[in-house]
Amino acid sequence: MKYGIVIFPGSNCDQDSFYGVSSVMGAEAEMIWHKDHHLGQYDCIILPGGFSYGDYLRAGSIARYSPIMQEVVAFANGGGLVLGICNGFQVLLEAKLLPGAMLQNKHVHFICKSVYIKTHHSNTPYTNALKEGDILEIPIAHMEGNYYCDNSTYQRLKDGGQILFSYCDAKGNSTDEANPNGSLRNIAGICNEKKNVLGLMPHPERALESMLGSEDGKRIFESIRSHC
Amino acid sequence: MEITKDLISAHNLTLEEYEKIKTILGREPSLTELGMYSVLWSEHCSYKSSKPLLQELPVVGEYILEGPGENAGVIDIGDGLAIVMKVESHNHPSAIEPYEGAATGVGGIIRDIITMGARPIALLNSLRFGNYKSPRTQYLLNGVVSGIAGYGNCVGVPTVGGETYFEDCYDGNPLVNVMCVGILETKNMVRAVAKGKGNPVIYAGSTTGRDGLGGAAFASKELNDQSEKDRPAVQVGDPFMEKLLIEACLEISQQDYLIGMQDMGAAGLTSSSSEMAGKGEGGMSLDLSAVPQRDKNLSPYEMMLSESQERMLLVVKSGYEDKAVEIFHKWGLKAAVIGSVEANALLTVKHKDEIVAEVPAKSLSNDAPVYNRPAKKPAYLDGLKSISDAITFGKANTDFNETLLKVLSSPTIGSKKSIYQQYDYMVGTNTVVLPGQSDAALMRIKGTQKGIALSIDGNSRYCYLNPFTGGQIAVAEAARNVVCVGAKPLAVTDGLNFGNPENPEVFWQFQQGVMGIKSACEALETPVVGGNVSLYNETNGTAIYPSPIIGMMGLMEDIDHRVTMGFKNADDVIFLLGDSLEELDGSEYLKVIHDMMGKECPRLDLGLEKEVQETCLSLINKRLLSSAHDLSEGGLAVALFESCITGDKGANIVIGATGLSDAALLFSESQSRILISVSPESLYEAITYLEYKEIPYQQIGMVTKGKSLKIDDLIDQPLESLEKSWKSLVL
Repeated sequence: MKYGIVIFPGSNCDQDSFYGVSSVMGAEAEMIWHKDHHLGQYDCIILPGGFSYGDYLRAGSIARYSPIMQEVVAFANGGGLVLGICNGFQVLLEAKLLPGAMLQNKHVHFICKSVYIKTHHSNTPYTNALKEGDILEIPIAHMEGNYYCDNSTYQRLKDGGQILFSYCDAKGNSTDEANPNGSLRNIAGICNEKKNVLGLMPHPERALESMLGSEDGKRIFESIRSHC
Repeated sequence: MEITKDLISAHNLTLEEYEKIKTILGREPSLTELGMYSVLWSEHCSYKSSKPLLQELPVVGEYILEGPGENAGVIDIGDGLAIVMKVESHNHPSAIEPYEGAATGVGGIIRDIITMGARPIALLNSLRFGNYKSPRTQYLLNGVVSGIAGYGNCVGVPTVGGETYFEDCYDGNPLVNVMCVGILETKNMVRAVAKGKGNPVIYAGSTTGRDGLGGAAFASKELNDQSEKDRPAVQVGDPFMEKLLIEACLEISQQDYLIGMQDMGAAGLTSSSSEMAGKGEGGMSLDLSAVPQRDKNLSPYEMMLSESQERMLLVVKSGYEDKAVEIFHKWGLKAAVIGSVEANALLTVKHKDEIVAEVPAKSLSNDAPVYNRPAKKPAYLDGLKSISDAITFGKANTDFNETLLKVLSSPTIGSKKSIYQQYDYMVGTNTVVLPGQSDAALMRIKGTQKGIALSIDGNSRYCYLNPFTGGQIAVAEAARNVVCVGAKPLAVTDGLNFGNPENPEVFWQFQQGVMGIKSACEALETPVVGGNVSLYNETNGTAIYPSPIIGMMGLMEDIDHRVTMGFKNADDVIFLLGDSLEELDGSEYLKVIHDMMGKECPRLDLGLEKEVQETCLSLINKRLLSSAHDLSEGGLAVALFESCITGDKGANIVIGATGLSDAALLFSESQSRILISVSPESLYEAITYLEYKEIPYQQIGMVTKGKSLKIDDLIDQPLESLEKSWKSLVL
């Protein structure tokens, strides 16, 4: 299994993702430069966290126009796995691979902490090693993670089983207190209709070793491995 | 342009200094030359008041590869790896423009690290603000914290630790000291040197504009009501550019053709070019017309003095200039050849084919006047009143539950979660001990079993009472912090923040503070590998408390041995290492409860300090401790609460008769004390070791399942209510 990790100017979780999927999870991985026009053979593309192009204008809005994104969109449309983490999620929204938009956190500040998320569906490439209702402890670190979409989009996401993760407390309750950024219905991660594109605000690559506080992120990469 | 007296004084130069410039040049300087001397001879760049004292500090040691003199100190950690670190202040800019002031402080110190060829892996900060309740403080606090967050988060360097104090003396002059730590393969270390006659000099990074013009000179003045007018002297940062610059510089650091590199920080192009020339062949010629510019019609004066951010100067082997430029272009950065290395000892600056400045390069960086300032013991010290003269403590009717709640609600003591939660402290996936978990942050070194512990510390109230002992304590406590996570303290970077050195009483504080640091660094064997001096921290004639800040790095051979401060298991036995004395002077308790300062700074016995630290470290390495936590502001009561709340456990403490007043038992800030907990299985071995080491220690109680803190018959409070008071600092 081989990951491709895109480096945009301003990406800052690219090396962490590389280390996580290769050194910890044991997969092959390669970095992909944002100016490339050709995508090699990969099983899963990761759009890593960071501040692509300084997040000037709007988080992820400029990255979506970089040359490699045309290739990533084509790869996704062909059914390839694309995982956007944090800023990568924002890029996926800007690229219209996922519906909705990201607003500033409700308290305006950047927020870095460990949160709990609940799994809602296990029939996807990203969750097949999880059970419905499984709770994962994974860190977040963002300024704009307040996911928003209109009612009809929300209904479609819900009916289509596309809301894969939502923020919850340690016991799995979806409360306002457990929602760190004010996102609609505590949404933390959604996938597209075909379930091959996942946008996730929490950072699973930061939760792969007990030394760092949690290994729960492994479950997501194990799912990807067993799918591929 | 004629150089008038007014022009000289507007450049913050004395007439004597101007005469010295004339002697060096053998003629009147041009305006550009006057500007160049004025910034490099400013206190900020030249250390003209502090140099003689700084030479007293111990700078060499077993692990030290590079001490002061380069952009940052370098410490060997084995396996071909080295740690690079430095602290820097951005006090004056942050007082005027908190967001940009703090942000560019972060940017500047990161560049000092990448200049050495190291990848930055951690940031820490030490912040000092005035009265927490004043609207101005709220504005500055919010601005500084978001500035640090905005810059550090974007460049992808985790902010893993820090400290924040509130004290009225900082009302007009907050302190923002930022420390950056990097890692490099020793073989790739880069120096700021311009060697090899004819080798090209390359400018790289952002374009040059008018921002931050004369920032170094501004930083060397006292602040006053007119300082707002100096706002143009505050630089504006672009963390996105910095991130690109980090990657590009690290890429070029791996190349054999790189000869030297220097960032353009204070005094921009002038300092970087003269310093690199001074350390190499001695000379350099620059053509300013080739400098990438963002403003039209920049004069040579402006270009030489601009402090536009995110810029570097490099020297590469002749013939490799295109390759070097290509790396920067790949990262979307400007880069151009703007000059060459010369062997004539002159810094020659051309603009549009005209020579606009030609001065001996070393005269800028090495020949600045050095002042042996007069020192005088401050008069205020004689007016200080010992608390024993003033009030009686431990009256029978004192409700110490109330007292503890009040002490915990002091913003200096309280939880800093609403600050550190705004920082990405995890990016890099190396932060093993997170903010709030221990007295020091712990970073793993990927590919090894090692870790480095980092702390930054300083108590300026102690330094106000006794700058010598206060300086010693800053070092001792920073080392103790590092020990409490399980690392051996190796090296120090210091941030020396004081008032106007031309005032003999302030200079006395500075002298005493530095000598205190020297004695503690010698005793604890932690050399000073570099740092920063910030003087003229005064507002309208009132100086800040003397505020030396100590950044400490410690090495842990096996990261699996780490401990944190939280209590782990009910029935673990709690011990207090060290001696508790009747020392409430200068304490947070005294300030919060009695609004008093007192007279004496807590005593420090460096011999005992060292023994306590070594004993604690040995206990950790023998894996006998469940937790370890340094006692500092707020004393035993606050330390116990912190270990309880961090571990989500209670504690039942029975101390009995000690000869101390109740207030001192709870809140004394006696030094060299560590709170540890030991599991019942490890108890015998731990006690045996403590007895063998013959250090003072006391068994004081047990960790409990019940979520409350009980101390003799003085305190009995549920953690929940204590926590509420402790969380009063909200941003």
